Amino acid sequence: MDMKAGSGKKLGLKEKYRHMTRELDWETTYQTRQDVHPLVEYEGIKIHDWDKWEDPFRLTMDAYWKYQSEKERKLYAIIEAYAQNNGHLNVTDARYLNAIKLFLTGISPLEYMAHRGFAMAGRAFPGAGPRVACLMQSLDELRHAQTQIHSLSNYNKYYNGFHDPAHMLQRVWYLSVPRSFFDDAVTAGPFEFMVAIGFSFEYVLTNLLFVPFVSGAAYNGDMGTMTFGFSAQSDEARHMTLGLEIIKFILEQDPDNIPIVQRWIDKWTWRGYRVLTLVGMMMDYMLPKRIMSWKEAWEVYFEQNGGALFKDLARYGIRPPKWLDQISFDKDHISHQAWSTFYQYGAAADFHTWSPTDDELDWLSKKYPNSFDKYYRPRLEFWREQAEKGNRFYNTTLPQLCQVCQIPMVFTEPGDPTKTCYREVDYQGEKFHFCSDGCKDIFEHEPEKYKQSWLPVHQIYQGNCFPEGTDPTVEGFEPLAKVLEYYHVNFGRDNLDFEGSEDQKNFAAWRGMATTNE
Amino acid sequence: MSTVFIALQANEETRPIIEAIEQDNPNAVVNHQPAMVKIDCEDRIVVRRETIEELIGRDFDLQEIQVNLISLSGHLDETDDEMTLYWNA
Repeated sequence: MDMKAGSGKKLGLKEKYRHMTRELDWETTYQTRQDVHPLVEYEGIKIHDWDKWEDPFRLTMDAYWKYQSEKERKLYAIIEAYAQNNGHLNVTDARYLNAIKLFLTGISPLEYMAHRGFAMAGRAFPGAGPRVACLMQSLDELRHAQTQIHSLSNYNKYYNGFHDPAHMLQRVWYLSVPRSFFDDAVTAGPFEFMVAIGFSFEYVLTNLLFVPFVSGAAYNGDMGTMTFGFSAQSDEARHMTLGLEIIKFILEQDPDNIPIVQRWIDKWTWRGYRVLTLVGMMMDYMLPKRIMSWKEAWEVYFEQNGGALFKDLARYGIRPPKWLDQISFDKDHISHQAWSTFYQYGAAADFHTWSPTDDELDWLSKKYPNSFDKYYRPRLEFWREQAEKGNRFYNTTLPQLCQVCQIPMVFTEPGDPTKTCYREVDYQGEKFHFCSDGCKDIFEHEPEKYKQSWLPVHQIYQGNCFPEGTDPTVEGFEPLAKVLEYYHVNFGRDNLDFEGSEDQKNFAAWRGMATTNE
Repeated sequence: MSTVFIALQANEETRPIIEAIEQDNPNAVVNHQPAMVKIDCEDRIVVRRETIEELIGRDFDLQEIQVNLISLSGHLDETDDEMTLYWNA
């Protein structure tokens, strides 16, 4: 007689979730729980009942594979169609590709680090619910790294600067900014990692990257980026619910957790905000067809959305992140300050920079009525005039970097955009430098961590960024050329001004061939 | 008052979902942006399975929304019949 396998009734969402998560968990027998999960107590977070944690999406592994595989099929169909159709010639302007180079070198490797981080966090938690959710997020992040590399590698066949992102991440000066952000998070404890990445980054900040910027990629004809971007962000929607849920869960478990979590929120909002400077520049300067200004995106996704979130969390005794006044003032400034930095250091980067056209300057004036014409337009126009006379400005003096965010100290004083902001701290007989009160405060709380930062400029000056076997004492030694060799940046192809670059010439020639019978 | 939002890819599969959200949330504001649709609403958005099923004429599992979802905000409560986004304050 056949055994009856079940009642025949389909399980409801909540019932299925319970069977497929909690009931697959087991108690340890020959090892103590503490030995199996050694990291769970060392940050001081107190959890009394792991079962109180619930995944609001109630996603189980079987449903996860089903929907993810459907997303993958759609994604690869579009990526292939885009590649088969020479879609790279349909972007608005080859300048756009430089934003995508930044994406490939600066952002995609973070996905891979997020994959590793969530795998570690999932391993560290004793509760079955967060473990399963972290496992899925870890898989998602690995998928994002892969799909981004697959989508963007299509450009590598035709354009410069895409050839070695993994190598560059460990070496190139500005890539230490995003890299140090994730290195900081994965070397924290599991709860801090969840607040840093699961909450602060996913909930408050990824929207700015994957919603308006990716919508902007679509606007500029880049189907590949649109598709991986939205496909990734559909996972982010789940990640945000995980981030919010983990915060609520930690805060509800014990009042002692509140000040610890508050400090992490302050720290990671500030660190995340600093990293997003890159995205502000991509939106305001690198999308030939602009979708909205950085300031507008900030107002929608940080001020409106994040504001609602912090109003909601107030009932736990959580206040909005520190330094919000300065953040709010800075929205008129940071994208311009960042572009000016990359324009000056365009000989040491792996992508091209350029002088904005009149039309673009006018757009920036309109979007930034309180700051652009007064502080930034004159400088950009001066640089353009000089470039037209053959004096394209390249700064060859290396900048002081902030010990925490690792960004060159180019940001200005709170409330005064004409004065560079410098802070310093003496620690164990050494001086450490900071771009802001936020970064200084983060250092002062954990000096033993941040005194170890690998700062590219310091390393260059110490002679640690030359190819093996370099002799800096030989006559005619050119340090910059050797540093670029160490970075795997091809001088004259991957860097310098977009005007006159190989990318510019090739794109124009190929686009011409695509629209004529020549 | 706080705003919640849901953003979906602009494609054939989401057209009836967006229509269902508009029907079930009279205060929803629908913004069409390149390749995406962002729906904002004061305090709460409800996505109802039955409304979507009436519009598409077949069974619909609310978790299918994940294939075309881009982003959201607010606390999420998902059952077999409704997916709700809301703020408590």
